Amino acid sequence: MAKSINITLKVWRQKDAKSKGHFETYHLENISTDSSFLEMLDILNEKLVDEHKEPIAFDHDCREGICGMCSLYINGHPHGYESEVTTCQLHMRKFKDGDVITVEPWRSRAFPVIRDLMVDRGAYDKIMQAGGYISVNTGGTPDANAIPISKEIADEAMDAATCIGCGACAAACKNGSAMLFVSAKVSQLALLPQGKLEAARRAKAMVAKMDELGFGNCTNTGACAAECPKSISLSNIARLNREFLCAKLKD
Amino acid sequence: MSLFLTQSSIGRKLVMSITGLFLILFLTFHMCMNLVAILSAEGYNAICEFLGANWYALVGTAVLAAGFIIHIIYAFWLTVQNRAARGADRYAVVDKPKDVEWASQNMLALGIIMLAFLGLHLYHFWSKMQLVDLIEMAGGDVCSQALENTTNGFYHIVNTFSSPINTLLYIIALAALWFHLSHGFWSALQTIGFNNTTWFDRIKWIGRIWATIVVLGFIVTIVMFFLDGFFGLNILPLLGA
Repeated sequence: MAKSINITLKVWRQKDAKSKGHFETYHLENISTDSSFLEMLDILNEKLVDEHKEPIAFDHDCREGICGMCSLYINGHPHGYESEVTTCQLHMRKFKDGDVITVEPWRSRAFPVIRDLMVDRGAYDKIMQAGGYISVNTGGTPDANAIPISKEIADEAMDAATCIGCGACAAACKNGSAMLFVSAKVSQLALLPQGKLEAARRAKAMVAKMDELGFGNCTNTGACAAECPKSISLSNIARLNREFLCAKLKD
Repeated sequence: MSLFLTQSSIGRKLVMSITGLFLILFLTFHMCMNLVAILSAEGYNAICEFLGANWYALVGTAVLAAGFIIHIIYAFWLTVQNRAARGADRYAVVDKPKDVEWASQNMLALGIIMLAFLGLHLYHFWSKMQLVDLIEMAGGDVCSQALENTTNGFYHIVNTFSSPINTLLYIIALAALWFHLSHGFWSALQTIGFNNTTWFDRIKWIGRIWATIVVLGFIVTIVMFFLDGFFGLNILPLLGA
């Protein structure tokens, strides 16, 4: 049987990128614990629209944890306290009756707020454009056994490739560093033979773009991996460091 | 190529990593030499003489000082950059994830505690030993009493740790050092790129064990000299003067 709870929300409201933001408090009653966090925000928005007020802007798309569009810094954690889930996979059953929930946008110099809880994560796209691809002419599909790849390597590359680029790593990092994201993208390609050829150029280009866009310096606190909805491992960061330093030493 | 040590984030971190590992190596030697003082005053003073105002010891001191200075300057520089990278608005609610070590988020604060301690430590020892010799070599005025004790490290240890306040301050600084190294060691290797999934926890534990051995070595020496001096036991050095 569905249970319902009453909650208080403190939500960051900001008219546009240039305006000064502030917290607004909302009381919500009879929220079903079966609803997801984003559905709860939908309910709040409908209420706001009924009251002829501006609804809260927040990012969302697939609502099944794979697109990387949802964000939200909930009670001090990107994607909420639950590990290995995105905000869209967070459900109201994880909250108690009477809870006060603080919802903030990602805060990082490289992710400026567009409106309310929406931030511009175009910086990650720019890093990808700088080198997060393979530029070989692939021709026809080769036989799967033409290039043998060990199970361990394939698994590690696949684990790195699960990164959805949501930005939780930079949002969680006290240094606003994007190293976990960049390292996952560098790793998924550098581990495989097709990506190895351009590994050095890729690492240099992506790190240079990351630095240029104003992300901070990684100090290995590990907050990124702890908050990552896809559990991207910190060992990817070691691999990125290795790839980058080896590439620089060859210059 | 060399520009990347200042211009790229990983390059700057490499400088922190290399200087940090160098300082860990120095601390390890320092701790080993301190243990000699427990055993033999003569042995310890021989080390003091070897590392006094000789040209090779001065070169070593200069390199060591450079290691400290670069590490400290980069620490402040990186922290300023990292705070700026967070953006102008701060989070209203911050909750540390449980996997994140406390030390890793407070390396600068721990460093500042140790920097203050470094001043005190240089005053207690270096200013009464190598510095006095240097002033004398430069033709400065030095009283003969001070000059006599420039390589008598044992005398300065006994002097310093007869005070409970000094002993306490040293132990506080060493506690800060333990936390600093417990993160610093594995973080340095991670930055160099010497890490992977298999070795991740192993390297963390090697770092913690190393930090514990180094810090315990220092504390054992300090506490023994404090107890010996404070209660007038006169059992140090263990192998006789």
